[in-house]
Amino acid sequence: MRLLLRESLIAFRRAPLLSALSIITIGFALYAVSLFGLVAVNLRAALHSVEQRVEVVAYLLRGTPAETVALASQDIAAFPEVKRVTFVSEDEALRLARRELVEFRDAYRDLTVNPLPASLEIELRDGYQDAEHTAAVADRLRGYGFVDDVRYGREWIENLDRLRNIAALVGLSIGIAFAAVAIVIIGVTIRIAVLQRAREIAIMRLVGATNGFIRGPFLLEGALKGLFGGLLAVGLCYGTYQLFRGQVALATSGIIFLSPRLLALGVVFGILIGFGGSAVSVGRHLRNV
Amino acid sequence: MIRFSRVSKDYPKGAALREVSLHVAKGEFVFLTGHSGAGKSTILKLVYGEIHPTGGDVRVSGFNIAELSPRDRPRLRRRLGIVFQDFRLLDDRTAEENVAFALEVTGARSETISPRVMRVLTQVGLAAKAHAYPQELSGGEQQRVAIARALVNDPAILIADEPTGNLDERATRGVFQLIREINASGTCVVMATHDLDLVRQTSYRTIELRDGSVVFDSGAEDSRQGETE
Repeated sequence: MRLLLRESLIAFRRAPLLSALSIITIGFALYAVSLFGLVAVNLRAALHSVEQRVEVVAYLLRGTPAETVALASQDIAAFPEVKRVTFVSEDEALRLARRELVEFRDAYRDLTVNPLPASLEIELRDGYQDAEHTAAVADRLRGYGFVDDVRYGREWIENLDRLRNIAALVGLSIGIAFAAVAIVIIGVTIRIAVLQRAREIAIMRLVGATNGFIRGPFLLEGALKGLFGGLLAVGLCYGTYQLFRGQVALATSGIIFLSPRLLALGVVFGILIGFGGSAVSVGRHLRNV
Repeated sequence: MIRFSRVSKDYPKGAALREVSLHVAKGEFVFLTGHSGAGKSTILKLVYGEIHPTGGDVRVSGFNIAELSPRDRPRLRRRLGIVFQDFRLLDDRTAEENVAFALEVTGARSETISPRVMRVLTQVGLAAKAHAYPQELSGGEQQRVAIARALVNDPAILIADEPTGNLDERATRGVFQLIREINASGTCVVMATHDLDLVRQTSYRTIELRDGSVVFDSGAEDSRQGETE
């Protein structure tokens, strides 16, 4: 193990420029992936905040007994799609309308009879805020005899669905493309490092080194380069995030950074690419010499 | 120790060896001579398992080279010492580290490495320059380091491919004397050379190659002769 570590570190000492270039290349390749990840994460967060506003409102017939509504509320709350059911009485609806609909404040103030019906506001759980599930919940609500009307902004939810699908498709395609480009760039970089040490590999074989012995330091070296490249990418990404946030603070106050889990995943991805790229490059080299 | 039976080796550009048969016994010293392209290096490459024969049978220290697997190759190499004209030392390691490296790859215990390295460096006359880097050594000294590296695993056979090709006359004499001493201690030596003066100085067995065929073998009858000058 000590020998393995020593041999790996010797590679850094022997070709510091090439090692640094490898790390920088890996770093920038992963930086591009991370930047894309940052955009994807923020897009997802934005979509999620829009999704939170998906709500089904069931307007109740006047005179529906409170016990009936309470029982039905419990029933509805037990739907798998439903997160929360809130009863809004007629009076509360009027109060809310007076508070929120400022332009109609005068009209509402002069009312002698409350024209607004009581309602059940139903929030949906994460993952159920799409057109299909919303329509299903709305249909079930219509089945209650005391429900007069159900509204959930069908068109708006369908548009949200479309946006979500486009975001997922584009995200996946561009993400894969970025990752593929990163893998190719990193693979080429590591291949150059292996070729640069072809003479040393030949000497190692000459004195009876097994392929496993030759491979070991390269794999560790590749993993270390991947680790440093990954950390560089995290640093660059954070720098860019801070710079961007500082430049357009107001407009982008909602921008979030990658979670520690995603950052760790990025670094692990770097280590795996470094390790895998080295395994492929040195393996191919050993087969061909 | 080494046995070639009707061995051929073809490359895309032509035949390098044509039905070569020879036998080198334990402890023997054999010169391989001939012009460039005659097949000397091909024979040596077959001996250390760098290439496989196209036809015939090559046996080296119990290994069948035609069937040598990637797993067996390191095991074969550890029984051989190999020296080249261009030394093939690692430039960023000292003489001592270069020699130790050959032991480290075999998984030798770390506490045994240093004494064994110093023993062979003393044997080749370079104990005082153990901490010198290759570029700080003369050509002859670099070749001695390469020989020390070849010897450190106590090989049964020393393969030397033009070991004096890059050396001046004085260094050539020193290195050749060293190789003779190694042979005298019981190690079989197969040495390819262009230097006919070296060959004439001794009465070691000489195999001359031309166009991939053996055209002369001074020890064909008794391959164990040739200990004396």
